Amino acid sequence: MNKAVNWARRNSVWPATFGLACCAIEMMAATNSRYDLARFGSEAFRASPRQADLMIVSGRVSKKMAPVLRRIYDQMPEPKWVISMGDCASCTGVFNNYALVQGVDTIVPVDIYVPGCPPNPDALIYGIMQLQKKIDREHFGDRR
Amino acid sequence: MAVLDKETDLPDAISNIKLPRGVFIERDEENDGLMIVNMGPQHPSTHGVLRLVVELDGETIVNCTPHIGYLHTGIEKTMENMTYYKALVCTDREDYLSNLINNTAYSLAVEKLLDIEIPARASRLRVILNELERIASHLLWLGTHCLDIGAMTVFFYCWRERDQILDLKEMLSGVRMMTSWICPGGLRGDAPDGWLERTKKFVDEFPAKLSEYDRLLTKNPIWIERLTGIGVVTPEDAIAYGMSGPSLRGSGVAFDVRKANPYCGYEQFDFDIPVGSNGDVYDRFLVRMEEFRQSIRILEQALKDVPGGPVITNDRKVAPPPRAELDTSMESLIHHFKLFTEGYHPPVGEAYGACESGRGEKGYYIYSDGSNIPYRVKINGPSLKNLQALPRMAKGRMIADVVAMIGSIDIVLGDIDR
Amino acid sequence: MVDFDVRLGLTPTDLALRAISNKRPDDWVELNAEDDVEFRVVQEAFPAEIVKSRKFRDEKTIWVKHESIVAILTLLRDHPETQFSFLSDLTCVDLLKVEKFDEASRFQVVYNLYSMATFKRLRVNALAPDGVAVNTVESVWPAANWLEREVYDLMGVEFANHSDLRRIQLPDDWVGHPLRKDEPLGGEEVEFSFNVRGR
Repeated sequence: MNKAVNWARRNSVWPATFGLACCAIEMMAATNSRYDLARFGSEAFRASPRQADLMIVSGRVSKKMAPVLRRIYDQMPEPKWVISMGDCASCTGVFNNYALVQGVDTIVPVDIYVPGCPPNPDALIYGIMQLQKKIDREHFGDRR
Repeated sequence: MAVLDKETDLPDAISNIKLPRGVFIERDEENDGLMIVNMGPQHPSTHGVLRLVVELDGETIVNCTPHIGYLHTGIEKTMENMTYYKALVCTDREDYLSNLINNTAYSLAVEKLLDIEIPARASRLRVILNELERIASHLLWLGTHCLDIGAMTVFFYCWRERDQILDLKEMLSGVRMMTSWICPGGLRGDAPDGWLERTKKFVDEFPAKLSEYDRLLTKNPIWIERLTGIGVVTPEDAIAYGMSGPSLRGSGVAFDVRKANPYCGYEQFDFDIPVGSNGDVYDRFLVRMEEFRQSIRILEQALKDVPGGPVITNDRKVAPPPRAELDTSMESLIHHFKLFTEGYHPPVGEAYGACESGRGEKGYYIYSDGSNIPYRVKINGPSLKNLQALPRMAKGRMIADVVAMIGSIDIVLGDIDR
Repeated sequence: MVDFDVRLGLTPTDLALRAISNKRPDDWVELNAEDDVEFRVVQEAFPAEIVKSRKFRDEKTIWVKHESIVAILTLLRDHPETQFSFLSDLTCVDLLKVEKFDEASRFQVVYNLYSMATFKRLRVNALAPDGVAVNTVESVWPAANWLEREVYDLMGVEFANHSDLRRIQLPDDWVGHPLRKDEPLGGEEVEFSFNVRGR
């Protein structure tokens, strides 16, 4: 039973369109003709957080944006996962300054960090595959 | 669209922060049935994290107020805490669709402060990279503009070509987007073997792809119907609002920094500035489509006879010495060390470097106090001023047209918020 | 015969470099009424307002007092010889830590003008003390609206008669103006960065 649920969850991770900055462009590239994220069941970017399982925080999160981000995360139904894409989302990279939230993990729990500035689409796909492995190890009752 | 209650929907933990509430519709009882719709800051049809508060009377827009700042990164302050050479990396990350053009504008300002000349080969490669970047930026604009309006296919086509340009950049520098390849003094390094040939191949192949988009869109009756007559800006308004780039040229003002104040040897090339006549969304679309062709024209001329020689200035206070020289020359070693730890000290003064990016006049204003750190950097983003004209464009129009208008001025939020 | 410089390990580029580093002249040249049309136009109408002028790397800058900035910029926009119809940029520099013309003026509001007729640029810098409101140039160029809001938000310079002076980049409840030179950069402290110079 667990295996079946995880199989279903793993292969249809629908991300929310949460494009913030430069990394969003690479995220779009990952869904597009060459990299084709659809091979891994994640091509359906949902505009509404209510229909999404995965939030890819792609880019820097400013302090003005932080409440919005948290709110969108709260609106997503369980099970939900978060990928912090790029240095800016993970630790703000070069922009260690007043305006940015120093790491998106201070406002939402993060499952996978994808390094790079911006990460290659390959790197994002690898991150999603790692997330699939993580989902495989979970017990489905933990998230409902 | 969910109808949310304004007062009760605030989470307690962050209730002291004024929340932009996703998408909600609010009926204003006092103003006789005016409806206030909040688009964004996360909305698929806004480019990036733009938030629009639209007051509606039925479907007609009474007032439209953009709220920006959701991507405010503090790039200017960060650059004011870095040496001139290090601050270059921040320039890639502000307007993230025209990285090399930002590099060029920043380098022009620093070179002006330092009063150095760059070699002919560096100038030529800068032109080539700038034009490739412009094509890449316009391709992304075309793709997302079509996606917003509902034409999905072109989006995939555009990304196919954009990936080829990103491959060229990757071959040059190892990075797909943030190359920082153009630096004060010239370029970080020379083009690798076969790069120019590969660029030529791309330039030869691209016009065929372009006519494909043309066939799909330019004479498409649905496309024309959807875009003509909306978002009209008169030339006087466009200048007064400080619009620049294709958004200004769509209104019929033939202003292009490449022609008006040539940099990097743009005066050697033969190209035209396309201008529109009505100043509506369709005109701006046509101008950008023509700019593809003009960029290809410049590229064809630029690739014909690329001059040889070094790609970075000989001034060792600005440019790192060649790697081979470090083994033999003590002075080179010292310069290398000093350049990357301390940097260079431009004289006291102000300089402004301007380039034509895919969106308009991209400028860097630098105030130097004589130290190795820029005292004040101001990034002059064209998108900010283009977006400022949006309320005027949108007034009295239908709400469905707003998305087309946003697409036509081609805003990048990184450029607006910085 | 071995060259002396070669024995020292100096490459030809090192020698060229020495010549360059010795060459750099001080390019502070005052504008004058004969050569510079923009300067003449301003000087004829507002002789008392001009504080200083400078030509540096072919860029012209005029420092003026902030009181009649609207009249000066309107003149520069409408005068047939200048026609600076395009406000390219509007920003502000906090002069707290650099040499100033007069001690009272902490800020200089920078108006970067461009002429679509002559393809020239001109920078007009209005000197303003801290806490004094500069008149808005919204009536001259509507483009100044957001640019002035940004200056107000990040620098704390107020603009008198502005139609909508609110914060634009930062949240409404933000305290302080981060681009001032007495404000810290903020962010997290990085290890081993205690001796890094910053402003």
